[in-house]
Parts: sequence; C-alpha cells; structure tokens
Amino acid sequence: MLTNIHGKKGLQLFLGLGAGFCFGFLLEKGGVTRYDVIVGQLLLKDFTVVKIMLSACVTGMLGVHLLRSLGMAQLHPKPGSLGSSMVGGLIFGLGFATLGYCPGTIAGAVGQGWLDALVGGLAGIIIGAGLFAGVYPRLRQNILAKGDFGDKTIPQVLKVNPWAAVVPVVVLIMLFLYWMEKKGL
Amino acid sequence: MDWFEMGRWSPYVVGIGIGILSWLTFILSDKPIGCSTAFARTSGMIERLFRGRKVLEKDYYKQFVPEVDWEWMLVLGIILGSFTSAKISGQFHLNWVPASWAAVFGSQAFTRVVVALVGGIMLGFGARWAGGCTSGHGISGTLQLVVSSWLAAVCFFIGGIAAAFFIFHILG
Repeated sequence: MLTNIHGKKGLQLFLGLGAGFCFGFLLEKGGVTRYDVIVGQLLLKDFTVVKIMLSACVTGMLGVHLLRSLGMAQLHPKPGSLGSSMVGGLIFGLGFATLGYCPGTIAGAVGQGWLDALVGGLAGIIIGAGLFAGVYPRLRQNILAKGDFGDKTIPQVLKVNPWAAVVPVVVLIMLFLYWMEKKGL
Repeated sequence: MDWFEMGRWSPYVVGIGIGILSWLTFILSDKPIGCSTAFARTSGMIERLFRGRKVLEKDYYKQFVPEVDWEWMLVLGIILGSFTSAKISGQFHLNWVPASWAAVFGSQAFTRVVVALVGGIMLGFGARWAGGCTSGHGISGTLQLVVSSWLAAVCFFIGGIAAAFFIFHILG
C-alpha cells in the first residue's frame, strides 16, 4: 500500500478535490444531479439511479477486492446495528424523496445551477447533521446500540473467502441489470 | 471532445466510471467515497463560529472533528466537476423549481425551497443516524459487501419509495 502518500495531508486534500471533481462530472453526465431523475427513480418510472449505483457497485467490488488480494488496498467497513442502519436508513429515505437529492448529488445539483438545492437543501442537510450531533449522546447507548452487528462484511458472516461472496453477488447484480433492460425499465 | 459535450452518458458508462474512481481512492487515499460527514463537519464549523471552542467537546464532534478533510474537499470537488460538465454541455441553468415538482405542486419557488429545507433536515439527520449516505453506504459500502451498508441502502429506497408515492400520489 502507498502508505507514504496516505500520510501527506496537503496532497490528500488535493486528491480528495480531484476525486470529487471526477465524481461530480460523472454524476452530472449520468443525470442524477437532477431532481426529476431522482424522484423518477423513487416513483419507479426512471431507473437511472439504480443502474448507476449497481454498475458502480459491481465495478468497484471486483477492483477493490482484487486490490485487496494483491495487498494494495484495505477495506473500511462501517459498523452498524438495526437501530442505526435500519431506522436511520428509513429517515434518510423520507428526506431523499422530500428533497429529491442526496448528500452527494445535491453538491452536483448546486454545480448545475439548482437554487432549491443551494438555498433549501444544502442548508437543511447541514442543520439536520447538526441536530443529530446534538441528540447523539442520548441516542448512542439507546436506539443506536439496538441489534448491534458491528462492522462485519457478508463474507465474514458467512465465514467464506471474500471471492466466494463477490462472484455470486456480481453475477446476481448483472442478471438483475440484464432483466431490467429486457423489461425496458 | 464531442463526448464531453454530450448532455447525458449511458448510466452504465457513468456507473463503471464511478467504480473505477473508487479503485483510485482506495489506492491513493485509502478512503472509500462518501459525502455526508462533510455536512456534519460543516455544521460543527458553523456552530463553532457562534459558540466557540466548547463545540469541539461535543461527543459527536470528537469523532468527526469540525475541519476541512479529504471528504469535505471531495464534496467541494463534486460542485466544481458538475459545474464543469454542465457548462461544457450547455446544461448549466439557474433554476428554482424542477419540472416534475412544478407539474404537481406549482412553480412557486418559496414552496419548493421550504420543502427542500425540510427534506434536507431529514436527509442530514438520517444520514448521520445511519452513519452514511447513498455514496458512503449505497456505493462504497455495498461494493465492500458490508452488512450495515446493504441494510442501510435497502432502507434508503424503502423509505424513499414510500415517501415519494405519498408525496406525489396522495398529497399531489
């Protein structure tokens, strides 16, 4: 691993900016910096969001696991619990549909000139994150700890070699994408 | 250059591009792509302007120190990258109200902004509650086959689809 590069703070900030630039460029080209496309997905009329997410997931999964097998990368799994991932995920979903952007695509929407994203949404996300920081000490030992399962990955839960999970998941996602195209979604 | 001037690319080209970008962030920065902590850090930075250093003692801001980090720069980069793409293809326009919102709820900017603000509050609150967003859990976490991320990503869509149907088919 390139640990000498990882430790250089200034360089990392620059690399973050560069990665964001590419990410924003791709999101805009994909159309997902638009409210109409995101809400179209949630109303099950336009499947652009799911197609982008799943093809990114397949590509990323193969590459990152290969890099890991070669000793060039390590995983960064996030811990979770039913109380955190599930309840938080559902609250996020309500906001996702009401706002019509997510934290990444809203930055792209701002870049594309969407003022509802800049004046309403961006301010809202910052306020919402701040409110969460305020209630965090009270939630931490309660709901966030309910049904805790740590930072496990699917191969760890199944006690198999990572590739024994990667290959079937990649095949399933590709079959699903193929099926969506066949159905004309 | 023609290609860069196109308004839209195939979702598969975009998805594969994001996947390859994630290889690079893992190699060069030892980091998965994610966006929502940048908003939490920004919130802490703003609160610090008003309340001073004691903000740094909040439990949450001990974990997510209010400072400009890699992910914060990533979010800034998204704005610049999207702006560049939109400018090249002639898609940059200043707008208040998206078409599908206007078709059902009218083209008043004030209503749309208030709803966006409320939606944003739920989104920011939910993202930090779940410990990630559509990027950090939905793409980066699922590609690492993380259990919490797959669960969160499925719940993002369950909540999102339910709320979208409620907003557009019951309220609208």
